[in-house]
Amino acid sequence: MTARTDVGSYARRKARWHWSEIGFWILALACALLFPSRYLIMTDILRLGLFAISLDLILGYAGIVSLGHAAFFGIGAYAAGLLALHGIVAEPVVALLAAGFAAAAVGFLTSFLVIRGADLTRLMVTLGICLLLEALAERFSNITGGTDGLQGIEIQPLFGLFAFDIFGRTGFFYSLAVLFGLFLLARRIVHSPFGLSLRAIRNNPLRAAAMGIPVNRRLIVIYTIAAFYAGIAGALFTQTTALASLDVFSFERSADLLLMLVIGGTGYLYGGIIGAALFKVLQAFFSGITPQYWQFWMGLVFVVIVMIGRQRMHRWIMWVPNLMLGRLAEYRSALAAHRGDVQ
Amino acid sequence: MTVLFTILFDGVAYGMLLFVLACGLAVTLGLMNFVNLAHGAFAMTGGYICAVLVNRSGWPLFAALPLAFAGSALIGALLERLLYRHLYRRSHLDQVLFSVGLVFMSVAAVDYLMGSSRVFINLPAALEGQIDVLGVGIGRYRLMIIVICGLLTVALQLILARTRFGSRLRAAVDDPRAAIGLGINVPQVFAITFAFGCGLAGLGGALSAEILGLDPHFPLKFMIYFLIVVTVGGSSSMTGPFLASLVLGLGDVAGKYYVPKMGPFVIYTILIFILIWRPNGLFGRSDNR
Repeated sequence: MTARTDVGSYARRKARWHWSEIGFWILALACALLFPSRYLIMTDILRLGLFAISLDLILGYAGIVSLGHAAFFGIGAYAAGLLALHGIVAEPVVALLAAGFAAAAVGFLTSFLVIRGADLTRLMVTLGICLLLEALAERFSNITGGTDGLQGIEIQPLFGLFAFDIFGRTGFFYSLAVLFGLFLLARRIVHSPFGLSLRAIRNNPLRAAAMGIPVNRRLIVIYTIAAFYAGIAGALFTQTTALASLDVFSFERSADLLLMLVIGGTGYLYGGIIGAALFKVLQAFFSGITPQYWQFWMGLVFVVIVMIGRQRMHRWIMWVPNLMLGRLAEYRSALAAHRGDVQ
Repeated sequence: MTVLFTILFDGVAYGMLLFVLACGLAVTLGLMNFVNLAHGAFAMTGGYICAVLVNRSGWPLFAALPLAFAGSALIGALLERLLYRHLYRRSHLDQVLFSVGLVFMSVAAVDYLMGSSRVFINLPAALEGQIDVLGVGIGRYRLMIIVICGLLTVALQLILARTRFGSRLRAAVDDPRAAIGLGINVPQVFAITFAFGCGLAGLGGALSAEILGLDPHFPLKFMIYFLIVVTVGGSSSMTGPFLASLVLGLGDVAGKYYVPKMGPFVIYTILIFILIWRPNGLFGRSDNR
């Protein structure tokens, strides 16, 4: 077996759907039936999950640390809001795509700034771009509505059939469908040869370049794709809440996003969704204790996670499931060996 | 013409203040390569210590300032020993998460303890009003800031360049392994430097309450300014950050005066272009250390 087929078979094995993944999505759909009174918060989780997948694509797979990912979320949110407000594109799905492409265009243009320099410069540039956009949105308040945000957005019914209701039922299924569709695309991307090359770049850019991978071009492409995802997440935010204000560009949004992804774990796509759900649960829990000062406890979670160590934490959490799976495998192999003896 | 001089004067005062606030970060981020986004939290601590002492206990301002320094330095030393030192070798992502967590905690804690509104420090009468020099109105408080910060800058430069501790610090930063081999207690040098930088930030925070405004969101609002000073100034010496602070101060004051509507837009644009042009900062080293 040559190295090429080896890598190919490995990648193909990894790309195969695992039963736990199917279970995950069935569970997500089941949530809709189990908690019919919680559509709004579940929609929020789905949206954040999509946003976190977007960050996972560049952080978990390509190793770009971004402190200003809210920039693209904000562009998507404002694009969707403006399109709906002025009645340019009435159909939500088309507006969603348009907002995504707007964010992708900005992502493409700014990616040239991001690929220059090392970690620290990237942090600064991404943060700077986000602040710049926030300042721009504030400056052109006649378009964006300034601190008040866009007023009076009305989202037309989906395909002209399903109106966005007050309980968020349509919004939830719409978000779930969008998330699932984009998740499939992301899954396809990260298991493709392109995705494998990204991982090579993350692990060692110099070596990847020596192997003939066009590092900068790959980073530009994935950064643009991630911006598209974040734009869609922002547009979903506007469409399901009929809101878009300066707050979409806030630094806290980018920082919370990093926390979500780190809670869930980077580099396997589900981390973003799981992290978003855990983050929302934590947030609800802390605001239940202290409505005004929940940020303190959230900050404490940040600090504790880092002090314990991200890898170690995942090992602890996965300890029981791994133990059970290990036992099961042992039992099976023992059973198989026993059968072999009998025959 | 008078307007120009006033802008120049205010800009220099603002820039000097930024330097005192950010020079501690120039060491942790620029030299020790630790992304400490929580630097502003130490500045805020100093500011609030000063405000409590002056406003509630009736201390004179000049007695409260050294205590603002000492208080922030103490907290800085404590946190360095307990938490920061474990993270020097970790990835930048870990450091970012950790320091953002600290910022969130400090914002909420100060909000809880001191309330969310802006705090003013009562100034002694001698520092209020303006002096007229050749027709240019010069604020007394800003003049005092320039004097204090100017003296501090000279002192810092002398400590770094002339004292034994300064040479130890430079050695520890340039090559920690060789420095340990020579018998320098590198962790101790880092701890002292870190605490000293936090103390300076605290002093800067106390001085800046009048100019920048002091409220619980201080660390978030000015985080980008501190980072700009360090990344634009580079880390080869104290001169780089110093010049960067002056340019930033002058640019910000002039920008607010001439193009008030563009707000911080000008500063961010300049920042991004400088980083694209010279990723290691204007006065940075050429190698990728």
